[in-house]
Amino acid sequence: MSMSMESIELDTSPAVVCRGVTKEFGSGDTKTVALRGVDLDVRYGETTLLVGPSGCGKTTLISIIAGLLYPTGGEISVLGHDLVRLRNGKLVNFRAKNIGFVFQQYNLLPALTAAENAAVPLVIAGEYRGRAVGAAKEILAEVGLEPRMNALPTQLSGGQQQRVAIARALIHKPKLLVCDEPTAALDGHSGQTVMQLLKRVAVQPDRAVIIVTHDSRVYRFGDRIVTMSDGLIESVEERAAEHEEAMAG
Amino acid sequence: MNWIALRMLMGDRAKYFGLIFGVSFATLLMTQQVSIFMGILTRTASQVLDVRDAEIWVMDNKVRFIDEAPALPDTDLYRVRGVPGVEWAVRLYKGQVTARLADGNFRAVVLFGLDDSTFVGAPQEMILGSLADLRRPDAVIIDKSGYEYMWPGQPYQLGREFELNDRRAVLVGICKASPPFTTLPILYTRYSSASGFVPRERNMMKFILAHPEAGLTDAEVCRRIEERTGLMALTQREFFWKTINYFLGSTGIPVNFGITIALGFVVGAAITGQTFYLFTIENLKQFGALKAMGVSNARLIGMILLQAVIVGLVGYGIGIGLTAAFFESTSGITHLAGLAMTPLAFGGVGAAVMIIIVITSLLSIRKVLVLEPAVVFRG
Ligand SMILES: Nc1ncnc2c1ncn2[C@@H]1O[C@H](COP(=O)(O)OP(=O)(O)OP(=O)(O)O)[C@@H](O)[C@H]1O
Ligand SMILES: [Mg+2]
Repeated sequence: MSMSMESIELDTSPAVVCRGVTKEFGSGDTKTVALRGVDLDVRYGETTLLVGPSGCGKTTLISIIAGLLYPTGGEISVLGHDLVRLRNGKLVNFRAKNIGFVFQQYNLLPALTAAENAAVPLVIAGEYRGRAVGAAKEILAEVGLEPRMNALPTQLSGGQQQRVAIARALIHKPKLLVCDEPTAALDGHSGQTVMQLLKRVAVQPDRAVIIVTHDSRVYRFGDRIVTMSDGLIESVEERAAEHEEAMAG
Repeated sequence: MNWIALRMLMGDRAKYFGLIFGVSFATLLMTQQVSIFMGILTRTASQVLDVRDAEIWVMDNKVRFIDEAPALPDTDLYRVRGVPGVEWAVRLYKGQVTARLADGNFRAVVLFGLDDSTFVGAPQEMILGSLADLRRPDAVIIDKSGYEYMWPGQPYQLGREFELNDRRAVLVGICKASPPFTTLPILYTRYSSASGFVPRERNMMKFILAHPEAGLTDAEVCRRIEERTGLMALTQREFFWKTINYFLGSTGIPVNFGITIALGFVVGAAITGQTFYLFTIENLKQFGALKAMGVSNARLIGMILLQAVIVGLVGYGIGIGLTAAFFESTSGITHLAGLAMTPLAFGGVGAAVMIIIVITSLLSIRKVLVLEPAVVFRG
C-alpha cells in the first residue's frame, strides 16, 4: 500500500467524531428522546462494537453516523464531512460512496442473484452491469460463495445471505462499514462464521467498522466495546491488540 | 439501475401478471366499447356515406336525422333543378317496409328507390348480378348481410321472389352496403317500382340528391338551394354529422356506452392502481435499502416510472391485441360485421391507459419519496 499523505492523516484522526449528539422522535406527548448527548470517536482500522439494552439508542446512533438520519442536536463528523451541514442530495451521494451497510434482515433484493445483489453498490456508482457483476463474483469467491453466485436469495441459507450482504457492503470499498445486529437472525455457528468473515475481509487500516450487537458471543471480535444505556454512552472498553491477534490465529 | 427496476418488476411473476392483466383488461374493455360505440354511431348515418355519386342532400328543413325525413312534393325537385349552380338533381326514396317471404315469414327492410334513369345512390359494389338488371320488372337488389338475414344459411341465389306490400319483388342482385343502425336488410329498387312497394302516400320523395356545377363548392350550392327553395340542403359530411349528433344528443346510446367505457376506465385504473401500489408497498423495504445505499430520489422515481411504463405498454399491447382478436373473430358474424377497432379508440384508450399509469405511479412515488432510509435498520 502506498503511504500517501491522506492515509497518514486518516490513521491519526478518527473516522467518526460525535459531540453531544441528541436525537428526538416526535413531539409533545409522543416525544421520545433516543439520544441524550452522545460523545464518541470511532477509529480507522478498528472494529467498534456498540452494545446495550434494547431501546437504548444503538440503531438510532448508527443511523445518524451512517447519514440516514439527521441528529436533533450536536456535532457529527464522519470521514471529515460535517453531516449536519450536508444537504439531503449530498448526503445520498456521501452514503453511496463511503458507507457499507449490513442489516439484520440482510435486505437483499429477492429478484436478483447473489452476484447481482453484491454488485448493486457499483451499479449505484454508475458501473455497467457486466463489470459490476464481474467484480461481485470476485468478492463472492472471497466470502466463500463461489458455487452459489447465481442463486436467488430465497435459495440461500441465512448465513449465506448475510455473506452476500457483506460482499455487497464491501464491494465499493467504503471507508465506513456499519452493521446492525448482523448475527441476530443467525444460529450460533453461522453467526461465528459471519463474524470471522467480517474480521477477515472487512477490517482494513483505512476503514472503520461499527457493529451493533446484542450477542455476547460476538464481543470477542471487537477492538473496542462501547456500551450504551438510555441514550448515552455508558462505558468504552479497549481490548488489547495481542488478545485480538491470539484470537485471530 | 434500469435493469434492477425491471428485475424487481418481473421477479414476482404472479404480481407482474396481475399488473399486466389489469391494464390489458381495462384496455380491452375500453377499446372494444369505444370501437363498438363509434361503429354503431357510424351505422346510424352509414347510408348517407354510401351515396358516393351525389354531394348534396336536400330535404325538408325540419329533418333531424336520415330516418325521419317527410316526403316532399315533386315540385320541389324542379325548384332545386332550377337553382343556378345545380348541375343535376334527382329523387331518392328511403323508407322502411315489410317483406313477406315465400315461407310466410315477415322481415322489416330498408327500401331505397333510385332515380329511374340515373340510379344515383346505387350500391358501389355488386357481389352477384348487375346493377343494370334493376331495370327489369319488380327487380330489387339486396345487400349481402340482408340476404344472410332473410335467407340464413342458404347459398346466394338470384331470382328469389318475395312480396312487398302485396307486390311481387324479384331478387336480381346482391351488393355490398354499409350495415344500417337497425341491421335491417337494405333493398334497392327503381323509384317507379318503389312507389308500388310502399303503401300509397300523397308524396314519396324523401330526399333530393344534387350535384354542383364545376367550379362551385358544395357548401356554396347548398347555400343557394336553401336560399331559393326554403328546403334544407346539406353536404354529405354535414348530413352525416347531423344524423350522428341526433343520436348522440337524443338517445340513450352515448350514456350507455359512456357508462361502460367509464367502468372500463375505473375498473382498469382500480386494478392497476391497486396492484401497482401494493407492489410498491411490498417492495418498500427494497426501495428503502436502495435509498440507504445511496440511490437518489430522482433515480428511484425513474425506476418506478420505468416499471409503470413497462406495465402500461405491455398491458396496452395485449389489450389492443385482444380487441383486434375480438373484432377479427366476430367479423364473420353478420350483424357484427363492419364493427372494427377505430383509430380514435386506439389512441384515446392509449391516452386513458397513460393517465391510469401516471396516477398509479404518482401514488407509489409519493410513498417512496417520504420513505425514511433509516427504516432499513428496523425489523
Ligand atoms: N422512527 C422512530 N420514531 C419514534 N421513536 C423511535 C424511532 N426510532 C427509534 N425510536 C425510539 O428511540 C429509542 C431508541 O431506539 P433504537 O432503535 O435506537 O434502540 P436500539 O438500541 O437499537 O434497540 P434494539 O436493541 O431493540 O434494536 C426507542 O425508545 C425507540 O422506541
Ligand atoms: Mg436496534
